[in-house]
Parts: sequence; C-alpha cells; structure tokens
Amino acid sequence: MDFNYDSEQNDLREAVRGLLARAYPDSEQRRAVVAAEPGFDEKTWSRLAEMGLTGLPFDEADGGMGAGPVEVAIVAEEIGRVLAPEPFIEAVVLAGGLVASVGTEAQRGDVLGALAEGGLVPAFAHAEPKARWSASASGVTAVRVGDSWTLSGVKEPVPNGARADLLVVSAAIDGGTGLFLVRADAEGLTRTGYRNHDGTRSAHVRLENTPAEPLGGGGDQTPAIERALAEARIAYAHEALGAMDTALRITAEYLKTRKQFGVTLNKFQALTFRAADMYVSLELARSIALWASMVQEAGGDVVQAADRARLQVSRAGRHIGKEAIQLHGGIGMTAEYSVGQDTSRLTAIDHLLGDGDWALGRLAASVTSYETVDPLGAPYA
Amino acid sequence: MRLHLSPEDQAFRQEMRTFFTTQVPQSIRDRVAARRELSKDQMIESQRVLNAAGLAVPHWPVEWGGRGWTPLQRHIWHEEMMAACVPPPLAFNATMIGPVIAAFGNQAQKERFLPPTANMDIWWCQGFSEPDAGSDLASLRTTAVRDGDTWVVNGQKTWTTLGQYADWIFCLARTDPTAEKRQRGISLLLFPMDSPGVTLRPIELIDGGHEVNEVFFEDVVVPAENLVGEENRGWDYAKFLLGNERVGVAPVAMIKRLLASAKEHAREVTVDGVPLAQDPLMAARIAELENELVALELTALRVVANSADGKPHPASSVLKLRGSELQQAATELIVDIAGPLSVASFAEDGSDVPDWARVATPSYLNYRKVSIYGGSNEVQRTIIAGSILGL
Repeated sequence: MDFNYDSEQNDLREAVRGLLARAYPDSEQRRAVVAAEPGFDEKTWSRLAEMGLTGLPFDEADGGMGAGPVEVAIVAEEIGRVLAPEPFIEAVVLAGGLVASVGTEAQRGDVLGALAEGGLVPAFAHAEPKARWSASASGVTAVRVGDSWTLSGVKEPVPNGARADLLVVSAAIDGGTGLFLVRADAEGLTRTGYRNHDGTRSAHVRLENTPAEPLGGGGDQTPAIERALAEARIAYAHEALGAMDTALRITAEYLKTRKQFGVTLNKFQALTFRAADMYVSLELARSIALWASMVQEAGGDVVQAADRARLQVSRAGRHIGKEAIQLHGGIGMTAEYSVGQDTSRLTAIDHLLGDGDWALGRLAASVTSYETVDPLGAPYA
Repeated sequence: MRLHLSPEDQAFRQEMRTFFTTQVPQSIRDRVAARRELSKDQMIESQRVLNAAGLAVPHWPVEWGGRGWTPLQRHIWHEEMMAACVPPPLAFNATMIGPVIAAFGNQAQKERFLPPTANMDIWWCQGFSEPDAGSDLASLRTTAVRDGDTWVVNGQKTWTTLGQYADWIFCLARTDPTAEKRQRGISLLLFPMDSPGVTLRPIELIDGGHEVNEVFFEDVVVPAENLVGEENRGWDYAKFLLGNERVGVAPVAMIKRLLASAKEHAREVTVDGVPLAQDPLMAARIAELENELVALELTALRVVANSADGKPHPASSVLKLRGSELQQAATELIVDIAGPLSVASFAEDGSDVPDWARVATPSYLNYRKVSIYGGSNEVQRTIIAGSILGL
C-alpha cells in the first residue's frame, strides 16, 4: 500500500504543470481562449500531443504511450489546477477509451493513432435530452440495412460535439445499446455548438439516417459504456481536485491580504474556520480519488470505486466552490476573478456524468447486502 | 502508487487478527461489542494479555517493550484490535505518560515506572485540565512549591477520566509563577492518588455514567525525585504527550463496527412490516456515512504511509476532526434506528427493549465528548488554518 507517485510520475506531473502554466499563466488567458471557438487552444492541444498526452492511456501498438490510470489522473489534476479547457478527458479518456476497449484493431490504429498525434479530436455523443446519467441509449436508434448501419435521433448536450472530428455515438439496438463511429462530414449529421456556463463547449447533434460504422464487433456495449463512464468519472474527480486545490489556495491568499475594518480577513475566526473545513473536504476527496485510480490500476471494481469517488468529490466540490466565492465576497462573483471560474467548472464536472446524489443512490441500493467496506480488499483489490 | 498491502503486511495483519480474536477473553470482547462499560479488572486483564504477547506498547522504545514497527504496522495493529472488539491499552499509560517517561524521564524513573505502566500494575490518570484551564491549558493554576526535598501541591484538576480506578496521577503544576511566558513555569509531577491531601469527587455525566472526576490537592507532598525531566519544562512534555500519537487518532475500525451494527439493527426494526433498512432515506444515510468513513480510512492510511520520517503528514489534523464527527454521526444513527425504543435507556429485566437500543442514547450522549477532548475540534480547525493554510 503506497500513496506516493514514483519518480517518473513526479516528472510527468512537473512536465504537464510546466506546459499548462505557460499556456495558462493566469485566468485572463483562460478567459480569452474560451471566448473564441472552438473553446480551447489548438496550439496547446498540439503541445499536449507532442508530450504524448493525447495518447497517454492507449497501447503502444495503437500509437499510444501505454500509461496507466495514475498517469491519467496526474494529467487531469493539472488540467483542473489551471482550468485548461482542452478536452483531455472528453476526447482521450472517454471517446478514445471507448475506441480502445471496444474497437477493432483497424479502428484502434486509425482513431487512436491520429488522436495520439493530435490530428483527430473525437467526442462521445451519449447524453440525451430526456435521459439522465444512463449507460444506455434510447433517443438515438440504429437501423441496419444490409451490411450498413444508419442512426437517427438527437444527442445533447455533447461535450465538444461541434469541434469533434469524429463522433462515438451510442444508439439503441435490438437487445441493448450499440456504439458507432460517425464521421464529421457524414450525411444527415447536423451539429449546433454552443457555450456552456463554464466556458467549455457542447453541441446539439441531430442524426437523420446518418451512415455509421459499428465500433468493434457490434452488439450490446452497455457494460463497456458503463466502464468507460466510470473511468471518466475517476478522471473528472482528479480534475476537480486540481480546481478545488486552486480555489482553496487563492481563497487563503485572499484572506491574508484583503483588509476590512482595518485588519486582514484572516483575523476573523468565522472565516478561517471555514477555510479549515474546506481543507478537510479537499483532503478527504483527494484520498478517495487517489484510491479509485489505484483500484482501476489493480483491476478492481472500477464502477463502484468511481461511484464512491463521485459522491465524495461532488460534496467537496460544492462545499469548496461555494465557500470560495462567499469568503471572497463580491469579487468572487466576477467573471474575471478565478474562483468563480473554478466553481463554475466544478459545477459542470459534478453534473456531466452523474452527481453526488446519483452516486449515493447507486451505493445505497446495495448498502445492506454487505457488512463493512474494506477499501484494500474485495471487490476493490 | 499501489493499492495492495505487501505480503509482509498482509501476514502481519493476519497475525494480529488471529491473536486478537483468539487470545483476548470472549467475555471482554462481547462487552465491548455491546458498547457496555468494562470493569476495572477487565481492563487490567485485557491489557495484561496484550502485554504478555508484546502487544500493549509496541510504539515505545524497543528496550522498554516497543516493537520497532512501521507506522503502517502500528495502524494495522490498532485497527485489528478495534475490529476484534479488544479494548485498546489504557491511553493514560500507553500513549501518554509512558512515552513521556521513556523520552524525558531519568533512568531510575524509567526502571521504576515503565514496566508496571505497560502491565497496568500502575493505573495512571491525567491531571491536566482545570476548571479555568480547558482548551487554554497553559492558564492552569495548580501550584507546586519546593520545600526541601519535596514539592507541595495545591489546587484542583477536573475531567480526570477513570480517576476512581487510578493508582497514580501525572500532574501539570505551576512551579514558577514569575515566568515571563506562562507556558515556561509549568512542571510535570508524578504522585500516588492515595497521597495525603488528594480528594476525588465523581462527576455524573449526561449519560448517567461516572467516568470523570474532580481531583482536589491540599498540601500534597511529592518527593522531588518524582518530577519528570527538567523543572519548568512541563509544557514541552505535555505538548509531546498530546501530539505523540498519530496512529489511532481516527478510530476507523470502531466506527465500522458501529455502522455494521446499525445495518443489522435496521434490518431488525420494521416500519409497517417492512425492514427499516429498505427505506431509501435510511439506506442513503447509511451509505453516505459509510462513504465518508472510506474517505477517512484512506486518509488515515495516507497519513501513516507518509509519516515514516517521524514528521506527521499535514493531513493528520483532518483525522481527529473528522474521526470525532463520524463517531458522533454513527452513534446518532443508531439512536435514530432505535426510534421510540431509544428512550428506554435504563430498562431492566423484564423489558422487551433490546440491549443495543437501551445503550444507544447514553452512548450517543457520551460521544459528544470526542469532539471536545484531546484538543477540541475548534482547536483542530485553528491548527489547520494556522499551520497548514497559513492564516
């Protein structure tokens, strides 16, 4: 049992932190980038690719780096630290992860190789306007005609869906949910992008008899989707850690410098005690997020570990995000000041793939079927 | 980063589990499982079983019975002990005065006190808090005045836990009232509780129990040789004593037992014929508490895994704060599961109220103490804000 990064992991963290610190030296830079399309910086994406990060978790045979969940977590946390809007989790962990786990050898080579090189940005089109955090699809249906497939229906909101070069689309098939690749220029595909509250982008994606290629061998892919969503939830937990860490650090700095009533705000115990509680929330969330990545690496029950991380990080993100604004006062409300941006991003992360209450509902359903939880034992290790 | 315990640590865990579940008398473990108080004799017997196997004071220096374990092994020892419902060694002996004497006492004091302290031949109590010195311990007013080869102690202590069983007291007293900093004029003295001039008065608590006392000193004569370390340095020893133990700060395995029993009770109690455990609100409450406990356990593991160099991990301050809150939340949960039965605390033979429901509310009320003693949660927040966040 070891909670420390090894020296290569520390090197990776320093390298990613350095790259992102140059790309986003302050929150103004981030504001400028998300103000323009496509909502992230293509040059920064290329630099991430040059460092190998856009192929980080994929097998070397598929053009990737062959790294594990801990390395993915390190990158996600650094992204969260500066709120880098590049779609690392959306494109690499989620869309790329599905191609890696389900795709044929040819699909893996084509998609993951181009993704790793930075030339292709995929997106996972899964959410549906009338569904809520489900692993299955119902609003888009797949129809087979001879050897070819077409998809019809609406996916929304699709993170990064307008900019994406390739969509991985979930669709209802006989007996479950299938996964399909849809090219950006496919017939009958209409994408309407817009800005989310946190500066990232989503799209309304309409498919009308749109040609699609089954991902992998076809058939029901619900378990693969469930797993990919769980791995993305764990990665988002780490992105949230980075954002929470920044929000707390900036808040503590502010309390030490801002003066009211002739003294700095850190003279008021009503404020410092609340900052202490933010630290408690952050460290508890950090423990469970690190653990979830280790469960993933150890081949344990990643879905349940992700739910546990999701619940703790959701509670922590709300607590820290709201308090960071309140302890700042009015300045925390402004778009130009970074804690509000952190809170907006934390709120988006919380709701992208299932919030804390959603995870709690899943955990509660089985809570009386076992006596105690051993995080170092079955089913986690 | 690695999830699994090493094969050595797994074997160590199994060794501890086997010992605790087979060598400590079942009657004692049953009593702990039922959350009932142990008698003085049971506490002494239990610690002697541990001490005979070298498991009472593993964190002491090796020459006085320590085992030279890693922090993780000590964590495993503590967790397995609690999971098996084995009462931990008396804190006043094992984690408070023992380590202080081992670190700051002279050779004669070590030889005289350490073996009987480990074996509970001496039962120690703590003479720190006073009516006007709680969290602000340095404002204590009990005095010790030098008179030839003796100190003469006058004053009053309070919240003296299990003082009614104690043979000796370790007592902070002001020996230099003129010291510029009030922390500088305090010394640590050891003396028998049956010394002339010592009077003990029980304090009844809100749970109806008697575990703490007031202790009064009137011209108590203490031989000079019973001063620990240097005169006027007692504050340093007290800080060492209170900050000494990082293992077991958050009693995770004990809270786990409470939650496991809460689940069991929630299956027994029915609402209109349906087990309470099937109520979605109750299931969610248990699941949330359990998840918070997972986060606490993992934080405790992070702290022990990172404190090998002897310096506590910054996150260790989280453990006391959150550990006390979760103990309280778990005891509160059991009261709520007991529902209307929870008022029947002192029901006797002939009552149909199960024992767990009788003990639920007194235990809940008793556990209000855990966020107050050993540095209140407000003191912990002050430490986090000051030492970690720099506020």
